[in-house]
Amino acid sequence: MKKGLLAFLLLICVLAVFPLFLRDPFVWHLLIMIMMYATMSIGWNVIGGYTGQVSFGNAAFFGLGAYATAILLVNYNINPWLGMLAGCILSVGLAIIVGYPCFRLRGHYFAIATIAVGEIMGLIFTNWDYVGAAVGIYLPIMEESFANFEFHSSKIPYYYIILIMLLFAIAVSYAIEKSRLGYYFRAIKDDPDGARSLGIDIQKYKMIAFSISAVLTSICGTFYAQYVLYIHPSSTMDLMMSIHLCIIVMIGGIGRLFGPVLGAFVFIPLMELTRVYLGSEGQGIDMIIYSLLVITIAIWKPQGLWALISKGDK
Amino acid sequence: MKTEILIVENVTKRFGGLTANENISFSMREGEIIGLIGPNGAGKSTLFNCISCFYNADGGRITFKGQEITRRNPESICRLGIGRTFQIVRSFRDMNVLENIMIGAFLRNPKRKDAQAKAEEVAGIFRFTDKLSVRAASLTISEQKRLEVARVFATGPEVMLLDEMMAGLNIQEIRESVELILRLREMGMSLVLVEHVMEGIMPIANRVVVLDYGEKIAEGTPDEVINNEKVIEAYFGQKYANRREHKTRLQ
Repeated sequence: MKKGLLAFLLLICVLAVFPLFLRDPFVWHLLIMIMMYATMSIGWNVIGGYTGQVSFGNAAFFGLGAYATAILLVNYNINPWLGMLAGCILSVGLAIIVGYPCFRLRGHYFAIATIAVGEIMGLIFTNWDYVGAAVGIYLPIMEESFANFEFHSSKIPYYYIILIMLLFAIAVSYAIEKSRLGYYFRAIKDDPDGARSLGIDIQKYKMIAFSISAVLTSICGTFYAQYVLYIHPSSTMDLMMSIHLCIIVMIGGIGRLFGPVLGAFVFIPLMELTRVYLGSEGQGIDMIIYSLLVITIAIWKPQGLWALISKGDK
Repeated sequence: MKTEILIVENVTKRFGGLTANENISFSMREGEIIGLIGPNGAGKSTLFNCISCFYNADGGRITFKGQEITRRNPESICRLGIGRTFQIVRSFRDMNVLENIMIGAFLRNPKRKDAQAKAEEVAGIFRFTDKLSVRAASLTISEQKRLEVARVFATGPEVMLLDEMMAGLNIQEIRESVELILRLREMGMSLVLVEHVMEGIMPIANRVVVLDYGEKIAEGTPDEVINNEKVIEAYFGQKYANRREHKTRLQ
């Protein structure tokens, strides 16, 4: 773990001073997207990695975070930071409503159920006029300030906000790994019946994992809404986003603290760059390329890329 | 006489048309070792699953320390103080030995440090001290079975249900398991052992309960049970039982 920790501290330092040296808005944007996906992937890793319950519905939490923020701001003039809190509460609520029946399902059936839930949420928001239906919502332009969560002259404040969110997610994930919670999550993944025989209420702990996952995803939704200032269902509640989270974690290293971060740093640039440079060559070339990458990693390093760096650690 | 810690009364469990357990009753006093034997498919594991509430019995009553537990769930049973192992090894394969035991220890020691200390102590009892960081998947079957018992022991049970702990072990390993079981009893544990390995179970059991086709056909001390007609019939078939009876009559 020592080497991993060192690499991590180095990365944080580089990220923290990076904007001072490279003044290219596209690179900033890219890094912001990387960190946002890294944060969400850490959230996905809590339920899909540690606990082993593959969710394809996490985009719903992202969407709830984004919509709660946007609607509270537009209709009730409520501060986005409070919107973030509201988004978290709604997301945890959804996690519990979905988790209660679905966690009785084992293995792949949970994954299938979450696809359904994610799609249902997407459909509801696409057809619900109050939330702008398919057109979406424009967030009002307000004075630049941290309190308003809006900055127009530069992306740098967003950059630091998402960096802090990422650090928060890493801290949460680290705390889980080092506590009873993390051990119980891994026990549930490894053998649910064995876990029950040792007194673990697996239903309850899956619910806790799903709620933590929901919160970490929902805060990114709020961030996204405030960053782009325009949200619509297909940008916030897309099944593809849930699948991306899953792929990022798989690439980086499932069930590993820094796996999702590494995965995001590999996957998002690849996705963005192939889209920028190859996107016009015809639909789908970018998809083909990253699919190849995923297949390659699945065959060559099924434990994920993090296993390359942390060789020797268990 | 010591108090009865576990009472099983008329437990019945059906799967569709198949009755896996019918009207089974027995009771266990504190500090006893009870052997649960019977041919394959006799319903031993089903009875285990009923006691540990992985199945809920269709009829009858199970009482632990005066408290009815028939319709509870496995996790609360463990919290009450009944620990079980599985016939097929169920160690957490991706975790190392220490972590496996810690999962058990966390039940009564929520803090990680305490759980780790407790787990190390348990590892000592089960002779795992030099294997703490070995992955469970790379242990031998015999070690994995021992690890499973260690893990359950770490939850702090009063009654332990061990399902075929000695199956597939060699003679040396059986001897070690027997010693371990006796040691557990010395530490105040009451044990129910499902076992096929007679040379393992017979010398140490206080009493033996024999099941066949889901029914209890005999109960008594090991000596009583091996001479029981019904038991001989269940294990060796009616022909052999008749021949044996004939022989004794001639003598």
